Amino acid sequence: MSESIIQITGVKKIYDLGRAKVHALDGVDLRIYENDYVAIMGPSGSGKSTLMNMLGCLDTPSEGQYYFGGEDVAKMDDDSLADIRNRRIGFVFQSFNLLPRATILRNVELPLVYAGLAKKERAERAQHALEQVGLGDRIEHRPNELSGGQRQRVAIARALVTEPSIILADEPTGNLDSKTGEEIMQLFEGLYEKGNTIILVTHEEYIAQHARRLVRLRDGLIESDTPVKR
Amino acid sequence: MKRSRIRRTLNDFEESARIAGEQLREHKVRSLLTALGVIIGVWAVILIGVGMNGLDTGFRNSLAMLGDDHFYIEKFPWRNVGDDWRKYIRRQNMESYYADEINEIISQTPNTGLVIAVPTIGFRRNMSYEDQTANGIQFTATTSDFSYISTADIAEGRFFTQTEASSGQNVVILGSGVMEALFPDEEIDQILGRRVKISRIKFTVIGVLESQGSFLGLQSFDNQAIVPLPTARKFFIGHRYWNGTSIRVVKQPEIDREEARDEIIGAMRRVRGLEAGEENDFDVNASDAVEDTIGPVKAGIAVAGFIITGLALFVGAIGIMNITFVSVKERTKEIGTRRAIGARRSSILTQFLMEAVSICLLGGLVGLLLAFGSKTILDHYAPNFPASLSFNLMILAVSLSVTTGILSGFIPAWMASRLEPANALRHE
Repeated sequence: MSESIIQITGVKKIYDLGRAKVHALDGVDLRIYENDYVAIMGPSGSGKSTLMNMLGCLDTPSEGQYYFGGEDVAKMDDDSLADIRNRRIGFVFQSFNLLPRATILRNVELPLVYAGLAKKERAERAQHALEQVGLGDRIEHRPNELSGGQRQRVAIARALVTEPSIILADEPTGNLDSKTGEEIMQLFEGLYEKGNTIILVTHEEYIAQHARRLVRLRDGLIESDTPVKR
Repeated sequence: MKRSRIRRTLNDFEESARIAGEQLREHKVRSLLTALGVIIGVWAVILIGVGMNGLDTGFRNSLAMLGDDHFYIEKFPWRNVGDDWRKYIRRQNMESYYADEINEIISQTPNTGLVIAVPTIGFRRNMSYEDQTANGIQFTATTSDFSYISTADIAEGRFFTQTEASSGQNVVILGSGVMEALFPDEEIDQILGRRVKISRIKFTVIGVLESQGSFLGLQSFDNQAIVPLPTARKFFIGHRYWNGTSIRVVKQPEIDREEARDEIIGAMRRVRGLEAGEENDFDVNASDAVEDTIGPVKAGIAVAGFIITGLALFVGAIGIMNITFVSVKERTKEIGTRRAIGARRSSILTQFLMEAVSICLLGGLVGLLLAFGSKTILDHYAPNFPASLSFNLMILAVSLSVTTGILSGFIPAWMASRLEPANALRHE
């Protein structure tokens, strides 16, 4: 296998709820390699969301080590975390999280706005990313003029536009019917084949089966980490 | 990828301005209602500014009418004497011949700072010409020397001569307001030589004064007329009349005001024969006395204005803080999304600050428009009030609204920027 992008060792996340301390993650070790396609599964309360927030640098561990591309995330300040999210991670959310008042193009441009790119370069790159998801001709539309599947494609284009190290998708088909969901999964398949690294968080077995590797969580610990049989 | 810190900051501003614009368009009524306090505050501050400027200009114009180099020796001071009036009323009356004696002293003083002393006596009479009348005209009875010191120029005709004055001729110089009242349909050059009546006594019009305007558009200076002092004594005021007697003394322009005042006091003490140590039994008035009395009025307006503006802006600031909190709450998930795709805390802070500032700017602009409207109405109904909406006032209004926006938006914007991205994303 190739270079590891993410390396997590002994990561714990403890929430202090006053009366009780909740161990959402209780010592997790995980490596994600370049051009990996990992599905993370687990029942609610298993620490799935916490792990996803951790991997996405939206949260930092209470204990343990997290290296992202060789950099120690646990020691980073807020601005550095924001920059990592901006440059290295592309998020895809269950409910798309598009800006309703902005055009498709502007939605996709947004990460580049925060990256500090000039207008012209932003537009070119956003256009390119939209073409990758098959929406190159809809750039002046607004999200409410698109179907659910198209909206999720816009969100994927927004995740791709900074050419991130990993794409982190949290239940990307959760708000879609199964046919549209299948189309989205085909899109991820294509991205994977082009060499992207994808982490998929889901509770649907048949969605997880699209990945190449399946990590199961239970009670804040990794229960199993197995290749997907195809 | 090419990135720069400056470019990122520029992008933050651009994005924030765009969001602020979208928010204003989306919540038009809400924004306008929220901006109400700022609207009233800016409106008030501009109107008060216009009013104070107007008062200032008006006073300066009116003081110019009194003459910068002019002093008025009189029985009473121009300030409010309150309960001391008994002391002043016991003073000796002013006499018009003091002017001659002071002129004598001036001519004997080498290096004098004074030019001339001229007596004037004020009184009121009605005038008429054929069936036109003008009532309560302010008359000035004086000598021919008055032509040297008059702050009002002759528009047409001439002043009376020394011979006309000393022989008590029935000649009169009209203020432009009196002229308009008595000769409503006639041109100014046709009026010279007409015989008007002052309390049934016939006088020949020999001159008309330039229009002097009015004090703050209220009290006109043009309802006046000038007659020779001996003529006035003969027909109207007799020889014992003292009320309204004033000796006007003009100083040389380059001489210091206080120096000239001291010289006048010295001369007048000699005229009165006062011993060293005796108190002055007269007052030397000048336009600065009026300036002193207007100071507290202006301060009062300023304080009232400050309180009204401050209150309005304070209420406005609270409203804007509140609406910014609402906006943060409504868009918590959006904040989470922006943070997830790479917005820094400072980007979020800028975004919500800009939103608060834009509401305030909207308020400031509406307030400015209202102020323009009010000024137009004021100009219409009081055309002589010297109102002016200065550029500085507009800058003040805009900076006030921006400052209000920053102050009121800061706390909610700060809280928005401190939200944990993961928590914000979970928010529905």
